[in-house]
Amino acid sequence: MTATDLTRLGIAEALDGLARGAFSARELATAHLEAMAAARNLNAYITETPEQALAMADASDARRAKGEALPLDGIPVAVKDLFCTKGVLTTAGSRILENFVPPYESTVTAKLWAAGAVMLGKTNMDEFAMGSSNLTSYYGPVVSPWRAKDDPRPRVPGGSSGGSAAAVAAAIAMGSLGTDTGGSIRQPASFSGIVGLKPTYGRCSRWGAVAFASSLDQAGPFARSVRDAAMLLRAIAGFDPQDSTSVDCPVPDYAAGLDGDVRGLRIGVPAEYRPAELPEDIAALWDQGIAWLRDAGAEIVDISLPHTTCALPAYYIIAPAEASSNLARYDGVRYGLRVPADELTEMYEATRGAGFGAEVRRRVLIGTYVLSAGYYDAYYNKARRVRALIARDFAQAFQRVDAILTPTAPSDAFPLDAPTDDPIRMYLNDVFTVPASMAGLPGISVPAGLSRAGLPLGLQVLGRPFDEPTVLQVAQALERAAGFDPLGALAPALAPAK
Amino acid sequence: MLIRGETGDWEMVLGLEVHAQVTSQAKLFSGASTAFGGEPNTQVSLIDAAMPGMLPVINEMCVRQAVLTGLGLNARINLTSVFDRKNYFYPDLPQGYQISQYTQPIVGAGVITIDLPDGSTKPVRIARLHLEQDAGKSLHDQDPHRTFIDLNRAGVALMEIVSEPDMRSPDEAAAYVTKLRAILRYLGTCDGNMEQGNLRADVNVSVRRPGEPFGTRCEIKNVNSIRFIRQAIEYEARRQIEILEDGGTVEQETRLFDARKGETRSMRSKEEAHDYRYFPDPDLLPLVLDPDWVEELRRSLPELPDAKRERFMRDFGLSAYDASVLVAEKETAAYYESLIDGGRRDPKLAANWVISELYGRLNRTGTPIEQSPVGAGALGELLDLIADGTITARTAKDVFDTMIETGRSAAAIVEEKGLKQITDTAAIEAAIAAVLDANPDKIADYRAGNEKLMGWFVGQVMRATGGKANPKLLNETLREKLKG
Amino acid sequence: MSLDKDMVRRIAHLARIRVADDELEPVARDLERILGFVEQLNAVDTEGVEPMTSAVAMTLRQRPDVVTDGDRREEVLANAPDRAGAFFAVPTVVE
Repeated sequence: MTATDLTRLGIAEALDGLARGAFSARELATAHLEAMAAARNLNAYITETPEQALAMADASDARRAKGEALPLDGIPVAVKDLFCTKGVLTTAGSRILENFVPPYESTVTAKLWAAGAVMLGKTNMDEFAMGSSNLTSYYGPVVSPWRAKDDPRPRVPGGSSGGSAAAVAAAIAMGSLGTDTGGSIRQPASFSGIVGLKPTYGRCSRWGAVAFASSLDQAGPFARSVRDAAMLLRAIAGFDPQDSTSVDCPVPDYAAGLDGDVRGLRIGVPAEYRPAELPEDIAALWDQGIAWLRDAGAEIVDISLPHTTCALPAYYIIAPAEASSNLARYDGVRYGLRVPADELTEMYEATRGAGFGAEVRRRVLIGTYVLSAGYYDAYYNKARRVRALIARDFAQAFQRVDAILTPTAPSDAFPLDAPTDDPIRMYLNDVFTVPASMAGLPGISVPAGLSRAGLPLGLQVLGRPFDEPTVLQVAQALERAAGFDPLGALAPALAPAK
Repeated sequence: MLIRGETGDWEMVLGLEVHAQVTSQAKLFSGASTAFGGEPNTQVSLIDAAMPGMLPVINEMCVRQAVLTGLGLNARINLTSVFDRKNYFYPDLPQGYQISQYTQPIVGAGVITIDLPDGSTKPVRIARLHLEQDAGKSLHDQDPHRTFIDLNRAGVALMEIVSEPDMRSPDEAAAYVTKLRAILRYLGTCDGNMEQGNLRADVNVSVRRPGEPFGTRCEIKNVNSIRFIRQAIEYEARRQIEILEDGGTVEQETRLFDARKGETRSMRSKEEAHDYRYFPDPDLLPLVLDPDWVEELRRSLPELPDAKRERFMRDFGLSAYDASVLVAEKETAAYYESLIDGGRRDPKLAANWVISELYGRLNRTGTPIEQSPVGAGALGELLDLIADGTITARTAKDVFDTMIETGRSAAAIVEEKGLKQITDTAAIEAAIAAVLDANPDKIADYRAGNEKLMGWFVGQVMRATGGKANPKLLNETLREKLKG
Repeated sequence: MSLDKDMVRRIAHLARIRVADDELEPVARDLERILGFVEQLNAVDTEGVEPMTSAVAMTLRQRPDVVTDGDRREEVLANAPDRAGAFFAVPTVVE
């Protein structure tokens, strides 16, 4: 097998090959490290960790030789630079953490390594996970491996987990970890033609992941197949006594029960996700998805989620409010950037002024404003009440249906140089992903087809709390029907040998 | 209490916010130690240092202590309470916010009874009690250009106990803190150590004409002794009266008490544009208490000072004063109860010995009662020697001095120094005879009707016997001999 | 919703973020636009609806009172931009 072939394997296939002795974990890691070096123009990684990768791969090979192979032993993965990794620079895409080396490891990455996975590096991201384009990173934008048919301009991978999405789409990681606050896994998965799963809030520990909006943040996997995503989820999910919002319930073997059988499942199709301005190709793909599931034996149910349009404005109060407080710790005192000054307040203002980029600054200021005296009830409490209504909409819908199918995003990937001067326009990217985030529900984006421009489009499947198994099942049915090639971005010359 | 001003009488209105450090091994939201006096930054977890991605998990002991305290303050326990973030920047506040409780505290309204110097009592209402994190320590005097930060204290659990503005004099404020501290110490929920800052008060002071609405108040921050609380109130009330009598208005502000000058002064820098932006901490969920568990705690409450005082008066016949003194400190009450051994020893005699003899000697050396060189058991043995007639009460005081000095047992000292009471009639008669023989003129005087000389004769015989003569026997025999 | 430069200055100070004078105006316009966007919530009837605090329907879990952490001064101080021996150091705090 060539190095290129190795990078294009899925996780399940790679585990087979490792088990058969067709190749070693070291060979697998090396192939990826070489591909990463060749693909630096994508800027998908902020930090590559080749030494760790090879050491972990060697340890993996040693375990396998002793017959002690772990569930993900030898699988090379990338990790969003929001997860603290012991002894490895962790920036959150921000200048304010440009030199921060955590003396601790986040729970989900620790679980991933405990399952035998090999760390390739830390991926680029929107600063503090605030963005839908990866354009807000202090370390520069990530370039998607995808191009439109008739437009050579480089495209965004989506965000905020843009580096993690692009790395998997470009076959410079076999899988990766992202975080999703309002769509930061699902939207880039849709833009990048891969699978991205946001688990139920409380399913994966938030301990050691740099916080953006604590009541919304959730870690989850990217992969090139639903099965691979299920395998990664199993490794990172689970109760963590160090996170007060972590839920203590058993972690099923998600991949084991996966067969794409949706017969008898009731699939909700919410009317509110089809606004007049929804692009035709996206509406058509959604209809196609509905048809696929119907053909596969599911029952399609028209539903209403009446507060859908309120989700985004409520999100843009709650998330910035929490962020304004979560980001107060970046003050130049204990770690990170400090801009020297003679006086304390000067030091604070100079440090945070220089350390945060424009989007982070904007959201911290909005959050500060909506929490400040006299505005709290009108904004923050109002938004929390609306959030309760959004959650109620879903709870009522899930009395009638087992899963909900929607488009993941209202557009395909836009060019890097698209105008970004209007923040609201950018926020609208998350219009279909934010409602489930507000309700804490699990959601997945499955690549289902190409836009008129020839760029990937995803469909989103939402489920009941902790019902990731059904979400995965429906996603796999869609995956099967769509037959989408998640490596379609790569030049045909490099296409995998069939 | 009214204060005479230039233009008439004024009344002060006082409310206190007491910060009491919760007695626990570990911090409120982290597993770092709360021990006092550790090397700088050694009792700091990554949570206390607010490292990115660190999350709080609440310590069950701190919850228990807060509920126990609420029960001890006769307060309502809120079965659901919420932790909020209070946002402000300060280098000893690593998170950039303090986790506290704002709109839904764990304990609601309660009341305690304070004891005033004139023997009267007064109820003071408690508005609320909530749990919150302490900040770290800023050291401003180590370097001319820099402030040093030690986070050992950061994250230690505090109970903020807020009173209603029910107090009207420094005496009442002092009595309130004294009683509150006693209750906390009885409950074991705060050690009450004011020197270490484990109990400190913010004092709200305003003045008004009697019967008029409340005036504008000033808050004096972080006063850490009862004496300073009195001084701060007196200074601040006088300051406000002077302003008002000069036709000015009191500005609502935060002030600092300068113990050296005995003054309060404005803390303008702390004042500027505070807007704490409280909101529920999304890292924490609502704290919900099981009502059965609360009832269990209620049943397990120890006897508190007021109840103990009542019992001492009722069961042991002690005076209100003696009982109050004995219950004021948990350790004194424990010492006393151990001393009387379930009423086996004379409670009044024991009370006198603790209050006069033991306190008198401990105060000389500033020794707290729990470190007394003579424990309750040893003092009990001494009282037993008095009770069974082995030694006289007078001898006992000398023996006690020796016990305090040497820590030896009463019996050993009595034995070694031969201090056993003389109950041998012949020996007493001999001593009396010697005194009478030497003083024929005094005998004549006595027999002529100067009966007051009886006391003088007793004293002479006592001196001659080294105080060991049995007083009853001595009196009877002497009276007999003097009759002639 | 109109937001003036003084308000931006005030919020920026509360958040301890320096915003240069010539940026106050554009930042004010951005914030206004966002506030205008979120104000559509005013049209939603939330009468009698309790504010939602968490997406998990749980109550707070408590941990035992055991010292499990500490004695890691070097880790705590390792990333400090300025330290003085065992302390973090910051520019003088003017009280």
